[in-house]
Amino acid sequence: MTASLPPAVLSIDWQVLVDAVGLGAVYALMAVGIGLVFGVLRLVNFAYGQLIMAGAYALAFASQWDWPLWAGVALCFAVVIALSLAMDRVVFRPLRTQSPAVMLVATFSVAFLLQSVALLAFGPLGKAASSLGYLNRPVTIGGVDIRKITLVAIVIAVVCLVALVLLLERTTVGLHMRAAAMDFRTSRLLGVRADRVIGSAVLVSALLAAAVAVILTVQNPLVTPDFALRDTIVVLAGVVVGGMNRLLSATLGGFAIGFVSGLLGGALPTDQSQYLPSFLFGLVILVLLVRPGGLFSRGHGPMERV
Amino acid sequence: MSPRSLAQLGGPVLLVLVAALLGGVASSSTEVYFINALVGVSIVVALYAFVGNSGVLSFGHISFVAVGAWAAGVLSVPRAEKPAIMQYLFPFLRDHTVGNISSLAIAAGVGGVYALLVGLPLMRLSGLTAGIATFGVLEITHNVLRYYEKIGPGSNAFSSVPETTGLWQAAIGAVAAVVVVFAYQSSRFGRLLRATREDAAAARAVGVSVYRQRLVSFTLSGALAGFAGGLYVHLLPITTETVYLDLTFITLAMLVIGGMTSLWGAVVGALAVSGLDSLLAQAENGLDVGGLLVDLPAGTRLVVVGTLMAAVLILRPSGITGGRELSLRLPRRRREQEAA
Repeated sequence: MTASLPPAVLSIDWQVLVDAVGLGAVYALMAVGIGLVFGVLRLVNFAYGQLIMAGAYALAFASQWDWPLWAGVALCFAVVIALSLAMDRVVFRPLRTQSPAVMLVATFSVAFLLQSVALLAFGPLGKAASSLGYLNRPVTIGGVDIRKITLVAIVIAVVCLVALVLLLERTTVGLHMRAAAMDFRTSRLLGVRADRVIGSAVLVSALLAAAVAVILTVQNPLVTPDFALRDTIVVLAGVVVGGMNRLLSATLGGFAIGFVSGLLGGALPTDQSQYLPSFLFGLVILVLLVRPGGLFSRGHGPMERV
Repeated sequence: MSPRSLAQLGGPVLLVLVAALLGGVASSSTEVYFINALVGVSIVVALYAFVGNSGVLSFGHISFVAVGAWAAGVLSVPRAEKPAIMQYLFPFLRDHTVGNISSLAIAAGVGGVYALLVGLPLMRLSGLTAGIATFGVLEITHNVLRYYEKIGPGSNAFSSVPETTGLWQAAIGAVAAVVVVFAYQSSRFGRLLRATREDAAAARAVGVSVYRQRLVSFTLSGALAGFAGGLYVHLLPITTETVYLDLTFITLAMLVIGGMTSLWGAVVGALAVSGLDSLLAQAENGLDVGGLLVDLPAGTRLVVVGTLMAAVLILRPSGITGGRELSLRLPRRRREQEAA
């Protein structure tokens, strides 16, 4: 039956598939950034999107000042890392002993605060970050037009994830981070230094946020105060759907929700495409009801234990 | 009624009435801030009925406010003006128009039924999973209300709804919400739900159904949120964006700042944050403070409110009231200190 389909349909499907993988890759990076901090702090960082937003503004200003590309990217990384460490010191550290609800609302309010600071400082109209614009041009591979940035995003994601696995599996800091994610108190008793582990988790998650900022500004060069807000909400849902208890399941969840939302975007007929969020979150709720502990997680959720 | 519960009910009611009286003596341009604050009280109290007593975070309550507002709004626009702003409406909605009080009752009913339907599957979840799932409800509700033009104005504003929510309607609405929630939390149901909040395992062990208690509370809370939405749509021409992320954030923050686990905290938080917010909004337009003209750049309001919320959360996570009900006696620790 497949042979009888006109080639145009097939090529559109491939296009959708590649774009979906690209979106999944970016969301997987964000999911790792959120999941790493959750692992050691048990804190869902709602303000993760605002880190990306800050990095995107850094890129926009660098391109406005005609800085060379490397300087712009360096500025982006510097801004995101500084903001992330400040956030940890000022907000996360005093809240470490609080209930998850208080921490969630606190990061929610930090997100809101950073967004309104950006609104006040840079205005609602947005700035253009255009120095990497050439990556938006397509290359044709096997009759499929793929934007270069989609390939770049996939490559960056794979490289980052491999580097992260090496960091977690082959270094002492990585071992400490895994131990802290499993049982923070016991790992401290066994000599893991809390501040250093949390510091490195925050740092790595900031590096990932900066990388995501670079990718997203290419895909969407107009930087506004609510830049990456929608993506963060979707990724958070994906991370919980995947299962927050392990980094791998959180990452898979992030990838899956990006992939599914890319596929849905391509598969829905045009007159229903505006209902994409409804379909996506309907699916999220459905999965959460069937597997509340996470789609990719093992064993039972914490509810079963007393 | 014992003196203790008299203080617990009387405190919040009195505070609402004081705010209403202040609004009554204020100039008509300032009055609208007080009305806004009082509608805010009803929303936050509705949110408290579930979040405060169950300890489960809900990001979805603004969707009940939204459906309440839609129900009351669609049915209150005069028959003659409906085709102009909502031309795709279902015939039933197009042909019926109800009065102010009935529209508020319908808003509460629709909010309650919607919450019940949503809660039936969702109340099995808890913790972070519940938070994300209720967030999903908000997303879906917002998405559908924005694009489904057979049940409302879609992305347009709700114009031509009679603006019946004046100072007194807002005040009576807020008092009604406070009284209903107080009655609920003093009842057997409210106590059982708080037991599950304190220790779900122990509550289960003595035969409390966590699911059923949460569902009861969620439904009641949804009905009150729908009612508050009805008040809201009769106050100003709202759009889907009015009842979305910003309102979710600000009402949750009001509740946490006031103190999540008490009715007193919900009312104090709502009024304190609204008060500050309105003051800053006026300062942005130029405010005369004892001969000194304060003129802040536009947008400062959000930054100051955001900073304050973050600061309260970090420095005093249990909120201004400490999450306790109003009591005429001093807290035990202080009494012991004074005795010593």
